[in-house]
Amino acid sequence: MNKIVSKEYFSANVIKFEVEAPLIAKARKAGHFVMVKVGLKGERIPLTIADADLQKGTITLVVQKMGVSSSKLCALEAGDFITDMVGPLGKATHIENFGTVVCACGGVGTAPMMPIVAALKKAGNRVITVIAARTKDLIILEEQMRINSDEVIVMTDDGSYGNKGLVTNGVESVINREKVDLCVTIGPAIMMKFVSQLTKKYEVPTLASLNTIMVDGTGMCGACRVSVGGKTKFVCVDGPEFDAHLVDFDEMLMRLGGYRDIEREENELYKEALSSK
Amino acid sequence: MNISEERAQAWRADLRSSMKAKERTEIPRVHMPELDAEYRSHSRLEEVNLGLSAEQAMLEAKRCLDCANPTCMEGCPVGIDIPRFVKNIERGEFLEAAKALKETSALPAVCGRVCPQEKQCEERCMHLKMKKESVAIGHLERFAADYERESGSISVPTVAPANNIKIAAVGSGPAGLAFAGDMAKLGYEVVVFEALHEIGGVLKYGIPEFRLPNDIVDVEIQNLQSMGVHFVTNCVVGKTISIKDLEDDGFKGIFVASGAGLPRFMNIKGENLVGVMSSNEYLTRVNLMDAANPESDTPVFKGKKVAIIGGGNTAMDSVRTARRLGAERALIVYRRSEVEMPARLEEVKHAKEEGIEFWTLHNPIEYIGNEQGRVTHMLLQVMELGEPDASGRRSPIEIPGKTELIEIDEVVVSVGVSPNPLIPQSVEGLEVTKWGTVVVNNDTMQSAVPIIFAGGDIVRGGATVILAMGDGRRAAKAMDEWINKKS
Repeated sequence: MNKIVSKEYFSANVIKFEVEAPLIAKARKAGHFVMVKVGLKGERIPLTIADADLQKGTITLVVQKMGVSSSKLCALEAGDFITDMVGPLGKATHIENFGTVVCACGGVGTAPMMPIVAALKKAGNRVITVIAARTKDLIILEEQMRINSDEVIVMTDDGSYGNKGLVTNGVESVINREKVDLCVTIGPAIMMKFVSQLTKKYEVPTLASLNTIMVDGTGMCGACRVSVGGKTKFVCVDGPEFDAHLVDFDEMLMRLGGYRDIEREENELYKEALSSK
Repeated sequence: MNISEERAQAWRADLRSSMKAKERTEIPRVHMPELDAEYRSHSRLEEVNLGLSAEQAMLEAKRCLDCANPTCMEGCPVGIDIPRFVKNIERGEFLEAAKALKETSALPAVCGRVCPQEKQCEERCMHLKMKKESVAIGHLERFAADYERESGSISVPTVAPANNIKIAAVGSGPAGLAFAGDMAKLGYEVVVFEALHEIGGVLKYGIPEFRLPNDIVDVEIQNLQSMGVHFVTNCVVGKTISIKDLEDDGFKGIFVASGAGLPRFMNIKGENLVGVMSSNEYLTRVNLMDAANPESDTPVFKGKKVAIIGGGNTAMDSVRTARRLGAERALIVYRRSEVEMPARLEEVKHAKEEGIEFWTLHNPIEYIGNEQGRVTHMLLQVMELGEPDASGRRSPIEIPGKTELIEIDEVVVSVGVSPNPLIPQSVEGLEVTKWGTVVVNNDTMQSAVPIIFAGGDIVRGGATVILAMGDGRRAAKAMDEWINKKS
């Protein structure tokens, strides 16, 4: 049981939690994730750690309401408890002074990028962060990103804020302007696929942090497997970060959609149950 | 009292002389009462084996000759005093029988259900030498443990006075639990760390409810708790805390029993299609996450035509689960013949009764999917048996050009697991084989890092519940000696 210390709405559907987890706060590094389960019959879902406070013994999670499990988590308030939480899991991001790094994040993927940006900056990199979202209200953590980035480029699909365009337009503008040594991308799988295609064209080495379906999250079930360079890898123990140019994103997108029908049904039932309360 | 002193007790001598050996061997072996096969193949949770009645158990116990040299015990990885518990059943002292079991086994109700007795104790039974069926030791073990649990007067094994020495077990599966029980009896302060949210390891996530109900595992765990064992769930040693953290925290010995890890796949085309998964994933969803229960948030595919690849116990558990979740066709696909199947005979028999199809001498070479990436067909290579291989089993060879295409909508790959990589990755100096198993001294289970002992699947790669428990017991004994020698 882990107590929620604070809850903050970034937007109607994107919520930031600070959760008591002193051991995880101490052990976690940039790139690590936790498995979270809400309720006795809850599902175990992976969430990448966005931040940690050693003094308070808390970690920060940013959650987007999508299906039943994330909605149940988002329905919790400060003072409530998360039934089960375990971590930090996965391999930490490999950090060194690469030179100039572009961090390309989309939507809620901006949150797990925060510790990576901070660590890259600390290691002496010039860090340019591209934050992208559909519209102005969905741009999150811009101020925090500015603290550790040399430059922040904001992109919105509808042009309601920052530059009009996709994350790839932002990344491409940087590549056309200066030498980029590494790109790191976190966001929806489809977004990472296009960032990867772009940087491959320009031969910029790229890391993608993958968010596949997991059950145990500790290297036991293999639900999270992806093809990387033609080999099957397990995101939970071999990742979550991989060389984006080797990831088979089409297969990953297909596997992410595997339970969509069942999930849709369960979501309908959950909404019904909520409205009948 | 040692085993021969126990045997010399007056009541045992009287019981032996109360009936001639010939009369005992003439009694036919008891049959385990079972749920009707058609009924149970649609019942997700009900246990298949119903257990013996007291009369059945007492009659079966009469068959045991109470041998002076009980060879059955040599076949038991944890060294249970088998004649003592059986003879206590014969004289109707069922609680005494349970006590005798619990002196050596932390999990008798579990072992009575899932141990391959036919390859262990029962294989060494004197009756077999006389061309008779062995005493049903496993059924009797289950009877005694169940009787005690249902009686409500569960005995707690005697625990030595606290020695205030902290030791840790990593993983709460059979190896960790057996180790914890023995160390608690010796007076140690035992903390068991578990990565998942439930205690029990493979007993909870792997073995299905119809073969081993979770309630039974929980009672055995409560028994350990009442002996003073502490459990910490949601804690991954090597991630949440390190081995060094444990040492700094005053732990004087660490038993690593972190179990199976990565499931093996066959690296064939289409294996990452939607609807193809490992048995670990399938069983974890259904058992640990209760995914087939409408109240559970975890989804699971309920295929109508389900193929399970493999011939072990996990494959049998998976295929019988698929049937219970509504599969009209549930197939075992195994590349050798039925003789070579590693699964327990009982599991194979139960599976067949439940309408499982056995496609032996077939091996998948490709899975085919639709536009959505869902698996729809599998292509099987027909095999034949060749010469025996290194393991002594006749190796399967392809019959060139002979294949079959079969319509399916779900595949569960059950061809083994690699050991869990988390501890080997995170502890410096640990000696690891090329398969990822931890190297230990076979007698003491001590690793190259003296404070770390290891056992179960992390050492063996893939084994049974009882072998893991045997490792736990050996590690406990050796760690106790090692700690005493040091201080």
